[in-house]
Amino acid sequence: MAMSDTAGAVTRTWARVSLLRESPVGMVGAFLVVFWVLVAIFAPVISPFGPNSNDLDALVDPTPNAIHWFGTDMQGRDILARVIWGSRTVLTVAPVAVAIAYAIGSLLGLLAGYYRGWADTVINRISDIILSFPAIVLYIIVIMRFGPSALNIILAVIFIASPQIMRIVRGMTLELREREYVAAAKMRGESALYIMFIEILPNARGPLIVDACLRMGYTTIAIGVLGFLGLGLPPPTPDWGGMVKDSYALMSIFPHMALFPAAAITSLVVGFSLLADGMREISMRD
Amino acid sequence: MQFATATETNSRPGAGAGKPPVLELRNVSISYFVRAGEMKVVPNISFKLGQGEAIGLVGESGCGKSTVAFAVMQYLGTVGRVTGGQVLFEGKDLAKLSPAELRALRGRKISMVYQDPMSSLNPVIPIGKQLMEVPMIHFGENEQQARARALQMLREVNLPDPETMMTRYPHQLSGGQQQRVVIAMALMAEPSLLVMDEPTTGLDVTVEAAVLDLVARLREKHNTAIVFISHNLGTVVRICDRIGVMYAGELVEEGPIADVFRNPRHPYTRGLLSCIPTLGADKNSRPLTAIPGQVPSILNRPKGCVFQPRCRFAIAERCSQDPLPTLSLSERHRVKCVRAEELPSHDKLPQGIEAVAIGDQPVDAEAVLRIAHLRKTYHQSTGMFGGKGYDVHAVDNIELEANRGQTLAIVGESGCGKSTLAKVLTGIELGSAGMVTLAGKEISQIPVEDREADTKRAVQMVFQNPDSTLNPSHSIGYVMERAIRKLRGLSGREAKNETSTLLKTVNLPLEFASRMPRQLSGGQKQRVAIARALAGEPDLILADEPVSALDVSVQAAIINLLVDIQAKRGATLIFISHDLSVVRYLADYVAVMYLGQVMEFGRTDEIFAPPYHPYTEALLSAVPIADPDVHQRRIILEGAIPSPQNRPKGCPFATRCPRKLGPICDNEAPPMQTTASGHRIACHIPLDDLKKVDKVVVA
Amino acid sequence: MLAFFLKRLASLVFTMLVVSALVFAAFEFTPGQMATKILGPFSTQDQRDRLMEELGLHRPVWERYFEWLGNVLSGDLGYSTLYKLPVNDIIWDRLGNTLTLAAIAFAVMVPLSVLFGISAGMREGSKLDRTISVASIVTTSVPEFASGVFLASIFVIGLGWLPGTATLEAGARWPIAAQLVLPVTVIVLYDLGYVVRMVRASMVEVMTRPYIRTAILKGLTFRDVILKHALRNAMIAPFTVILLQINYMITGVVVVEAVFAYPGFGRMLLDSALSQDVATVQAASLFAVLVSVSTQIAGDLGYMMLNPRIRFS
Repeated sequence: MAMSDTAGAVTRTWARVSLLRESPVGMVGAFLVVFWVLVAIFAPVISPFGPNSNDLDALVDPTPNAIHWFGTDMQGRDILARVIWGSRTVLTVAPVAVAIAYAIGSLLGLLAGYYRGWADTVINRISDIILSFPAIVLYIIVIMRFGPSALNIILAVIFIASPQIMRIVRGMTLELREREYVAAAKMRGESALYIMFIEILPNARGPLIVDACLRMGYTTIAIGVLGFLGLGLPPPTPDWGGMVKDSYALMSIFPHMALFPAAAITSLVVGFSLLADGMREISMRD
Repeated sequence: MQFATATETNSRPGAGAGKPPVLELRNVSISYFVRAGEMKVVPNISFKLGQGEAIGLVGESGCGKSTVAFAVMQYLGTVGRVTGGQVLFEGKDLAKLSPAELRALRGRKISMVYQDPMSSLNPVIPIGKQLMEVPMIHFGENEQQARARALQMLREVNLPDPETMMTRYPHQLSGGQQQRVVIAMALMAEPSLLVMDEPTTGLDVTVEAAVLDLVARLREKHNTAIVFISHNLGTVVRICDRIGVMYAGELVEEGPIADVFRNPRHPYTRGLLSCIPTLGADKNSRPLTAIPGQVPSILNRPKGCVFQPRCRFAIAERCSQDPLPTLSLSERHRVKCVRAEELPSHDKLPQGIEAVAIGDQPVDAEAVLRIAHLRKTYHQSTGMFGGKGYDVHAVDNIELEANRGQTLAIVGESGCGKSTLAKVLTGIELGSAGMVTLAGKEISQIPVEDREADTKRAVQMVFQNPDSTLNPSHSIGYVMERAIRKLRGLSGREAKNETSTLLKTVNLPLEFASRMPRQLSGGQKQRVAIARALAGEPDLILADEPVSALDVSVQAAIINLLVDIQAKRGATLIFISHDLSVVRYLADYVAVMYLGQVMEFGRTDEIFAPPYHPYTEALLSAVPIADPDVHQRRIILEGAIPSPQNRPKGCPFATRCPRKLGPICDNEAPPMQTTASGHRIACHIPLDDLKKVDKVVVA
Repeated sequence: MLAFFLKRLASLVFTMLVVSALVFAAFEFTPGQMATKILGPFSTQDQRDRLMEELGLHRPVWERYFEWLGNVLSGDLGYSTLYKLPVNDIIWDRLGNTLTLAAIAFAVMVPLSVLFGISAGMREGSKLDRTISVASIVTTSVPEFASGVFLASIFVIGLGWLPGTATLEAGARWPIAAQLVLPVTVIVLYDLGYVVRMVRASMVEVMTRPYIRTAILKGLTFRDVILKHALRNAMIAPFTVILLQINYMITGVVVVEAVFAYPGFGRMLLDSALSQDVATVQAASLFAVLVSVSTQIAGDLGYMMLNPRIRFS
């Protein structure tokens, strides 16, 4: 029974996702996101060059040409290749960080909202403190203290996003715990964990899916910003933000070096945001 | 189409002779255009309303009555549209008016009173300003004139201290006061037509009675014509001259109140009248008759008579004719039923008959549940660091007992503590003092999580809200099997078999096991909730307003189901309700609560006859009864129910009691007076004096 | 109301204390590390010991924390190793510059966002609504450094209308007003969409409320319904969000300041972080949090003032 219910849940979720076809905005978003996911998966196949292979001949004229469609950078590296490989960086770091932040944030939100009392007070106090830092300041402190690496960026994102997710889940839990079906579950002797994860959490999924999409977008921006500020992944890892930073000083001579990675990150974030909007639209329908 | 021929005859005799009727709907059809296509909510409706006349449109949810009201206001939102016919106001076709002409009419000649007054008033604007707006737009009055008019109107709707009231914000008023403000606002410009959409739904019954009384008075005074929309036939009887019964978007019967109630000719009208419990009947004297089946979906309307699939008088070939003619039975009584004239005469329900004492009850009924001196106090912290604050006595020193296999009803208005009591009994909240014993075991101090498995099994609950009672993420089968496993320890095949048995018990088909809650109607969800409560074969079933969110025809079926199950299983039922008629119907014992205290407790027949507690007396007088031939003594309670934190020191009812003796009522808690049969009344008035009143409800 | 304010003030003090401890602890290296950092990797153990003695680094952490806190409270923010100046001598100028930028951006953003948000939300699903909604989703989704690149390539490189940097040096080729155009535009573009969506969502919600229907059926014109009945209700929820943008504009403009070489607070924070200038980062972080917590309190108070349901309860 439990199995067939899970299967049923999967079918129903899929049915909802396929509703997205009725939202043109959401479809555009989905298209952009799927495009970049495919690019990231097939990077080794579709990339014309390695991300760090230098074409010294191109240094003479780094502008786009028949060999280097997007041109090359100051070290003669193919920009198209680096944009393609750069999608791998962002599409690994962002989902991992967001997923872990969701696990932590949801757990804390459920605990705070369901038990209330001192658990709620402690969890809330701690999140208030973290959230009292403007996000960018926290990023700067964390990276400055622990150094730039993929792991540290992921940790920083988790540290900053978890309290925000906690607040959303806590708010929904506070509301859902008063539902009559929760009282019914208590009356038949269900454990607190069962109530939190089986009775409450599934009913919060609509807004959480929308938020997760948006959050993927924010996180993509954050990763780009860190790269642009020189706090991102250490070179030579291909990273869109870092690519813009490296070439920004040359904007007036070779604008293509900054434009292509800037366009890449923009299209991915726009994709996530439009997808989130489409999801919101369909979740309003029932 | 067919109504057109009959409409000429039904205006009130003598009303506005020569002048056009205030309102006339001629073959109006209304549709909503949604993604699924055009929904013909009201296919064709016609009626007329003379000057100063009041018509009540009644029907169950989704029958199109509110749609008709908004069509009259020409306000159907972006998806609704009048697709045919004419809405004539004083002879003018409203559809032909320019936006400016329409604005000049709205609020001036036609105004509206809404359901849910709280949300109908702007939360950030003081009452006075909202009222003054009306004469300022329509009469071009200056602030001073408008203010004078607003004050005058507030006085007219009996609001205390109108000067202060003007500066108040809506949330600072009680529900009844808010509705009086909305009524004042609607009448500001002396309109000739007032549209009232469920104006008393959601108000407590004593407050409702006072508002209805006010509407009836103002109507008399201003000679305003009224379209009164309600799902409650009893309220219509109090306000209207005529009644129109709507079913699935059609006006199936229309005529003067007396004609329709004494001689209902449409099978649906009859069905409605026989599924409403009335103050005069109980389960022992006559079971309620639910209307079988469901309202057809708008996209799948049957040919000919819409009621035909549920009608026991239907004859296929005659009832399927399309279009179906409307018969005029008398000058003013019209019915959309081809068999109207041949139906047998309608047996009216016995009204006001002495309730049958519970005869077959064992003399020494054993009390399974005993509640002694139970209190539940919430601490409300205010102040800076939560230091100060006050206590809210939600349940205060309650003394009750319920016998095995019987039904104890707990009635009262909002804030009386009935739901808090239920929470303590279930263990979701703990009692603050006192005891609750179930079969000798104390349970009020043990949270539900820590209750013994057998106590959990023994106490189960049916909740109020069908939309929140089932988890939308879980299938019916999952819910049932989970309950069976946790409460009975059965799993696998056994649990599946038990699920089928329980679904059968609540008259649901087996396929429902694989359905999700959103695929079920409100009544079906409540059935599942009952089945779930039965999973552990409980000894005590708590039902907190289990039918209050349901339509009357569905309500009857659920009430019958509860009565039936209880009789078969011998479980004790605690039935919590605000509806005295339902309580009268199914309870063996009744406790009347007010502001956390039990004012009166006794056998059902004793509660509904003198001696009454003055509060019970007022409640009985307030219940709207769907029968123009029943007479109720009118006792109008002024003022609002005090909030639980401002509870009077002495008798909680002292602030509103029409029989208040004097300062003793304000200052001293009333004594509990007990009759020989165990009927208890908490009142300072001596029992002998309480006995000297007439019955409130007389047939 | 006063009680609420005092309560929030107390919580502000508490938050600031915890934050200061965190900020201190974040850069609390072990004394040996600290000495190595200052003297370089080739210093001798003896040199390091002497320095530690001099700096008092052997004392317990909490003692040094309270000393630091006392200094901060008495206005001594420490010495910047990057700028070779007391932090006090730089931070105020930088804050002033950022405040100028933020004030202009705020003054442009708020009226625009209210206008767009209300126009979109008053008729949900209309063409205007859909256009504004999609446009605001897109503009908030463009990272600031990317929109900086796009705008610069059009207006600086392509058309040559505006300067690509905003160093605020008077007497340079471009007047200061021209220098501010692009930074302000980038901030407003990024921020506007978000606030527009908040205002729109609130307005859509308000327009479905029964009291709007009451106002229409009273005979008011649509214009009066919007201005007298909807607007104020629709601004209650986004008010806090709008005030929180002050917080973003003062501390979150790091990126914009980096893009346009703007000598502001954010730039200072970034530069000092990149060169491990601990005192400056600590001071800047404390200011950032102070601004953020204060705007939150101001937001809550404003929310209460706007909402009579809370004001009179």
